[in-house]
Amino acid sequence: MITLGWVYVLAGGAFAAFAVLGLSDNANPKRFGNAAFWGLMALSMWAGDFLGDLGNGLLVLALVAIAGIGALGRSGGGDVAPALRAERSRRFGNGLFLIALVIPASALLGTVALRHLPTLIDVKQVTLISLALGVLLALAYGHARLRAAPMLPLQQGRRLMDQVGWAAILPQMLASLGAVFALAGVGEAVGGIIQLAIPEGSLLGAVIAFGLGMALFTIVMGNAFAAFPVMIAAIGMPLLITRYGGDPTIISAIGMLAGFCGTLMTPMAANFNLVPAALLELKDEYGVIRRQIGTALPLLAVNIALIYLLAFR
Amino acid sequence: MWVLLGIAVIVVGFMLRFNPLLVIMVSALVTGLAAGLDPIAIVSAFGKAFNETRYVSIIWIVLPVIGLLEAYGLQERAKALIGGLRGATVGKLLTGYLLLRQATAAIGLTSVAGHPQTVRPLVAPMAQAAAEAQAGDLPEEMREEIKGWSAATDNVGLFFGEDIFLAIGSILLIVGLLDQYGIHVQPLQLSLWAIPTAISAFLIHGFRLWRLDRRVSALKAEGTETRP
Repeated sequence: MITLGWVYVLAGGAFAAFAVLGLSDNANPKRFGNAAFWGLMALSMWAGDFLGDLGNGLLVLALVAIAGIGALGRSGGGDVAPALRAERSRRFGNGLFLIALVIPASALLGTVALRHLPTLIDVKQVTLISLALGVLLALAYGHARLRAAPMLPLQQGRRLMDQVGWAAILPQMLASLGAVFALAGVGEAVGGIIQLAIPEGSLLGAVIAFGLGMALFTIVMGNAFAAFPVMIAAIGMPLLITRYGGDPTIISAIGMLAGFCGTLMTPMAANFNLVPAALLELKDEYGVIRRQIGTALPLLAVNIALIYLLAFR
Repeated sequence: MWVLLGIAVIVVGFMLRFNPLLVIMVSALVTGLAAGLDPIAIVSAFGKAFNETRYVSIIWIVLPVIGLLEAYGLQERAKALIGGLRGATVGKLLTGYLLLRQATAAIGLTSVAGHPQTVRPLVAPMAQAAAEAQAGDLPEEMREEIKGWSAATDNVGLFFGEDIFLAIGSILLIVGLLDQYGIHVQPLQLSLWAIPTAISAFLIHGFRLWRLDRRVSALKAEGTETRP
């Protein structure tokens, strides 16, 4: 059966290739740091389940040390000359889109079709598995169509990976921080403080505190999933649902979306806000967040109003 | 209350622009120590969670495909395609992508598009090409801004589309959590109540994209007026 384990093997292979190719990049003075960083990621993908909790923890400490002392550099060179790109783009035409669409199309078709093959594939992970199959298909089709040098995809992939740099593992780091916060009882402590801020007997005050609290705590934690249990325990259950008799379905559904407004405004939500800035080579690392605040704030107000108007009829 | 020190570490660390990985690790250590855990237990808990969430880093396997296509002129092609479409504007293009992203996320296909798969290779270059078709050569700041809008549109579409799908993580989290309080809700009910926000998100972000469109078109008007 094809499980996520197979995808980890594939991803480990990609990271290992990035590490090995990085070693020979003489234009990058910090190439040993890059190679070590991606090498450790390959180890995590391949052997994470055998390292034990402390072993994985030490692996993370090593990754943090490499990034923290500034040992990660950007690859120099490797860019294909613009004139050559323009010439190839004319030669291969819109066929390039077909290759690009193989990945999303595989993810889409795979998710729909492979779901019916529970003996062949782990259906819970079907989209990620289909995505990985799509990558292999796109590489095979691209190779057949373009006749590119076999190492070119990995070399160019490594160049892009080095551009993203340490930001690539921020999402995983934040999820792990959330686990430590849960263990330490951070949520309960935050809830206690927020309750002190609500004026006694005010439904509107409680709704606003709930909505704003979802957004603010999401801004700090980078994840509405972490904010939701805290805010439900602090305000949702005791005040909105129990005291004021609000509809738990509406309060929860829209409350979560109020948290998503916070996700749009925080560098802590690195995979949505910092990673794309690196990927698009923006000069301002907060360039994506700046574009989003103007949507997030009015939408937060709408969400708070929706809870107030819909949940207490 | 001392466990909140970890949050203070994050806020201060980000403000002082220390390396975020370092800030996160220090925050975890401070929080754990404040809660009376020993350092080995903290590092182990962190390592366990890191291993369990590896799947979020799988996405980087798309980079070799993107790298191959870019070396063969994908971005140039995307620009040429949009440049040849009459009536394509940056606002219309991004609004169309917003709708597409919301719609696919709403049927559970959140990993179909995204920043590495679609925004960098396709959406951002197309948006820039559309803006160039409207206004000619773009000033550097506008070029950067349009890249930012492309990434932002992907996020807004994903966030306010995915909760309409019943089997998404956040819906399942709500069901599970309310269950612990003895309240039983149906995923379908939750996902239906995500629709008013989804429509609002489309209207608000769509309006802002329309205003961007007008600003880009105005650049052209300015450009021609200053010429003799």
